[in-house]
Amino acid sequence: MIEKRSNRYVQKIVFNGVFILLAVICVFPLLLIVSAAFTEETSLAVEGYKLWPSKFSLDAFSYILKSPKQILMSYGVTIFVTVVGTIGGLLTTSMLAYVIARKDFKFSRILSFLVFFTLLFNGGMVPSYIMISKYYHLKDTIWALILPYIVIPWHVFLMKGFFADIPMSLVDAAKMDGASEMRVFFSIIVPVSKPAFATIGLLTAFTYWNDWWLSMLYIDDAKLTSLQYYLYRIMNNIQFLTTSMQAGNISIDISNMPNETARMALCLLAAGPMLVIFPFFQKYFVKGLTVGAVKE
Amino acid sequence: MNWNLMILALPGLIFLLAFNYVPLFGLIIPFKNVDYAKGIFKSDWVGFDNFKFFFQSQDAFRVTRNTLLLNFTFIAVTMVLSIILALMLFELSKGQVKIYQTALFVPYFISWIVASYVLYALLNPQLGMLPNLLKDMGKAAPNFYNEPKYWPFILTVCYLWKNIGYMTILFYTTLMGIDSSYFEAAAIDGAGKLKRAFYISLPCLKPVIIIMSLLQIGKIFYADFGMFYFLTRNSGTLYSVTDVIDTYVFRALRVTGNIGMSSAVGLYQSLVGFALVLISNLVVRKIDKDSAIF
Repeated sequence: MIEKRSNRYVQKIVFNGVFILLAVICVFPLLLIVSAAFTEETSLAVEGYKLWPSKFSLDAFSYILKSPKQILMSYGVTIFVTVVGTIGGLLTTSMLAYVIARKDFKFSRILSFLVFFTLLFNGGMVPSYIMISKYYHLKDTIWALILPYIVIPWHVFLMKGFFADIPMSLVDAAKMDGASEMRVFFSIIVPVSKPAFATIGLLTAFTYWNDWWLSMLYIDDAKLTSLQYYLYRIMNNIQFLTTSMQAGNISIDISNMPNETARMALCLLAAGPMLVIFPFFQKYFVKGLTVGAVKE
Repeated sequence: MNWNLMILALPGLIFLLAFNYVPLFGLIIPFKNVDYAKGIFKSDWVGFDNFKFFFQSQDAFRVTRNTLLLNFTFIAVTMVLSIILALMLFELSKGQVKIYQTALFVPYFISWIVASYVLYALLNPQLGMLPNLLKDMGKAAPNFYNEPKYWPFILTVCYLWKNIGYMTILFYTTLMGIDSSYFEAAAIDGAGKLKRAFYISLPCLKPVIIIMSLLQIGKIFYADFGMFYFLTRNSGTLYSVTDVIDTYVFRALRVTGNIGMSSAVGLYQSLVGFALVLISNLVVRKIDKDSAIF
């Protein structure tokens, strides 16, 4: 008995040790960016990246804040795209999902198949690219960053799963009282499905906020550079950083620019805030992934 | 006919058609010499030239091999490790789980672009943390961004870093759903923890394991573009091991502007990908009918 108890004790220590190690591995690399953003440029250039700055400095931030035009513009683009996309996406997706969930509707099976088939087969990047840029003429417009994700088939299915659990009697009773389908949906179904809207809304917002793909395909205009795409461009091309800085303030001396630390500071400013916010809503993300995987 | 319901579905249907179905007409692009002045449909036919060009180059084998091998490694390693981690997590108290779950979930929220900043801080030859560490130990530090041989490993680690939390939590929540009386009954019969894990936990996880594997094998012909493009910083010297179908198509389309070839490779990917989904679903139906997707 004593041996057994000590075994359990050892097991607890080992298991906790493993997870503490993993937690450190998951979080610690991000601290490298935070640390670099607060390091003095010359000391970074000599000593390289460290977990703790050997010479603390706010130069990178003051440099960015001298001409914050591009980062503010990028925040504007990302926020606009996320807000408009999430509202539009939620509305469109939920209405479609609700109709599919209505088993008594003649076309619900066909609609369901149309959504499902896109999960199995798609035309790939080139046909979509040509359609969207040459025929819909969305290239270098903000709509190229919004419209393609308004209906995400997977989200339609998640939402349908939620709606399918609502008892039909609720709908029937309302219709008996003379309510139209439109009214049933907006004044009965929507209010009882708040958790579903929260989950899908968050997944959609996350998709828009973190997206770089649509920008890479359709955006060349610096004015429409989203946050993620801005980070990509300055990572790839330090000149984009210097020119985007100069655009606001011509008097900056290029030779003294804290390029390396400024890049990291921008990364922190661009990605940091949401990285603190999203984990608070973790339970919705967990819900989104489990519902989807366990139930078709 | 319920027109009101049709009206509710209509906006979604329009988006679905516009962005998923209308582009399917573009599947004839690889067979055409696209000339926008004439329009796609009136452009001249070129037969299978674009496909011939791709399959006769060495690229076809290279990108197919890289895509399949790397994806397979990612799926297998993530699956095994996340099941083990979920079983371990299951033994810990709820309070502890909450803390670990939050930490493990953090990388999930990070885009591959931001991840590429992190990797750059770790690996870049002059300033990176790892090369500096190696130098301090008196060893020569390789320039990782020029050495293909390290990348299958680096990419696998990065993939795990980003996805292991998600998968672990998925399996953990399934374990939490198991009726606890099974475990109690087994404990009374004298089954130890390991036995309970093998004979109760794992069989209960089986459907989820099968579904997740199926979903991922169905997508094995599609690579996570951001990962391969950003983490490697699109370094040409690494293409031999890191160039996958998606990055290849993207470069052909957006860098070299070769619409014919990129669309041919895209169609190859779509068709093989589709076949793989159908086959893996068929296999699952044979094993366990309830777990099949259709």
